Amino acid sequence: MKRSLRSFGTGMMFVGPSLFLMIVFVFYPILKTIYFSLYLTDPRGVPVQFVGAENYVQLLASDSFRLSMKSTFLFVLYTVPTSILLALFLAVLANERVRGVEFFRIIFSSSLGVSVAAGSTIWLFLFHPSIGLFNHILKTLGTAPIQWLTSPDWALVSIALTTVWMSVGFNFIVLLGGLQNISEELYESAKIDGAGYWVNLFRITLPLLSPTLFFVTVVTVIHSFQSFGQIDILTKGGPAESTNLIVYSIYRDAFINYKFGTASAQAMILFVIILIATYVQFKVGEKRVHYQ
Amino acid sequence: MVKNAILTCLLGLSALILFFPILYAVSASLMSTEELYGGKLIPSQFLLENYEAALQSVPLLKFLLNSLIVSTTVMVGQIAVSSLAAYAFVYIPFKGRTLIFYLFISTMMIPWEATMIPNYLTILHLNWINTYQGLSVPFFALAFGTFLLRQHFLTIPKELREAAELEGCGHLRFLLSFVLPLSKPMLAALGVYGFLTTWNMYLWPLLATTNKSVRTVQIGLKMMQSQENSTNWPVVMAGVVIVLLPTLIFLFVGLKQLKKGLMSGALKG
Repeated sequence: MKRSLRSFGTGMMFVGPSLFLMIVFVFYPILKTIYFSLYLTDPRGVPVQFVGAENYVQLLASDSFRLSMKSTFLFVLYTVPTSILLALFLAVLANERVRGVEFFRIIFSSSLGVSVAAGSTIWLFLFHPSIGLFNHILKTLGTAPIQWLTSPDWALVSIALTTVWMSVGFNFIVLLGGLQNISEELYESAKIDGAGYWVNLFRITLPLLSPTLFFVTVVTVIHSFQSFGQIDILTKGGPAESTNLIVYSIYRDAFINYKFGTASAQAMILFVIILIATYVQFKVGEKRVHYQ
Repeated sequence: MVKNAILTCLLGLSALILFFPILYAVSASLMSTEELYGGKLIPSQFLLENYEAALQSVPLLKFLLNSLIVSTTVMVGQIAVSSLAAYAFVYIPFKGRTLIFYLFISTMMIPWEATMIPNYLTILHLNWINTYQGLSVPFFALAFGTFLLRQHFLTIPKELREAAELEGCGHLRFLLSFVLPLSKPMLAALGVYGFLTTWNMYLWPLLATTNKSVRTVQIGLKMMQSQENSTNWPVVMAGVVIVLLPTLIFLFVGLKQLKKGLMSGALKG
């Protein structure tokens, strides 16, 4: 009894710092977010009136929030498959034994070291309507310039493009790791059977890579839902709210309009969407993924 | 032979396209405004004044130092707090340990954005706005890091602990003089991860700083390009390059470390 009490004390001394910080900065705030989402609050964040599900009801009925959800899902749809296919293409290339392949691996993973702010600032200039490089190129080709960031038709695509570029590095590294884990022997025995490059790719490489692809998909989807910095720098949610993705919308409502109740309700919706997305992918993934 | 030639071509082309924005930023940072705005790709002469101007502008040099302090603090804090917790999960059996472990893991399901409003208010009430602790302490506890280290500690032979216990070696000393030195590659991997993610953090520093005292470089970049009407793009690009350089170097050095860590782990396992 005394011994178990003592080991409990020792254990808590080691786990304590983490546990304390998690209670203060994760568990308490998530409960507080739920609480806020049921209230109207004053600008200092003090809840003044209990309104139940009213914040949620109003959100779901508001055009602005519906547009935000639509843009968010479109954005995920634009970025996730593009980024993963591109990273997969690069990883397959960089997994071949060619001279100088180490150099290319470093280049392909470089966007992992590019911060959202730095990356977005470069693209902000590339997209510049009059002096940006993209419109310079269009002018040289004799085509009309594109309002990359100020036209509602293009802004979301432009942001997606920037995001794909920034996320390729991480996906590349993980997928390359997955490819390098596939045993050489499999390819050697396939060679004896006379299998060609494409047969190898579709019969051996991709099926064995599926657990890694699955992991990368889950992470990229979650990441995509959480995009913020590129929007703050490139478009500020505009034009006509066409790039007002959910995290930007939360930020705007909470820290520009000081409507903590509505913002918290949106934060809870984001939380639930991410939970569902993860769950669905695990359920679907389990059936499709081929484990060794 | 033909296959290799095609491969090298494809690799080169992809690298050029993918690395182009970074190369272009470097090139733009050395141009005069006339050259850059005229659509040139390569500067006719290298204007290093842009870098001088960038360092003084917002003041970026101070922001660089702030970023360095915050990122290093988070890195050290995460390693300290996570390795303590991971140690308990492997070496100190106590009542409720499994429950606490699942509690830890469950925090990975909660997106940070879902907690940011109350966290902002907490920092506000603690008077931690515009302080280094406000920018770093909320990120010390890291479920992912604890999990990573726990998995590694499990590979260290149990006999080592038994032998140390017979010698009268306490838990803290065992952690510091045996477990941590044996886990250097994992600690390095975790360190690289912590440093890079903190250095690149954007939303939290935007909320938790209201003046220039502890502001980080990422917010500095935002300030540089949003100065009304007078955005000097070559100077902004010099700022971008200054911000990119440390992380790119850190990544390239760290990538090797990361690989080594995985290799030695595979050998031991």
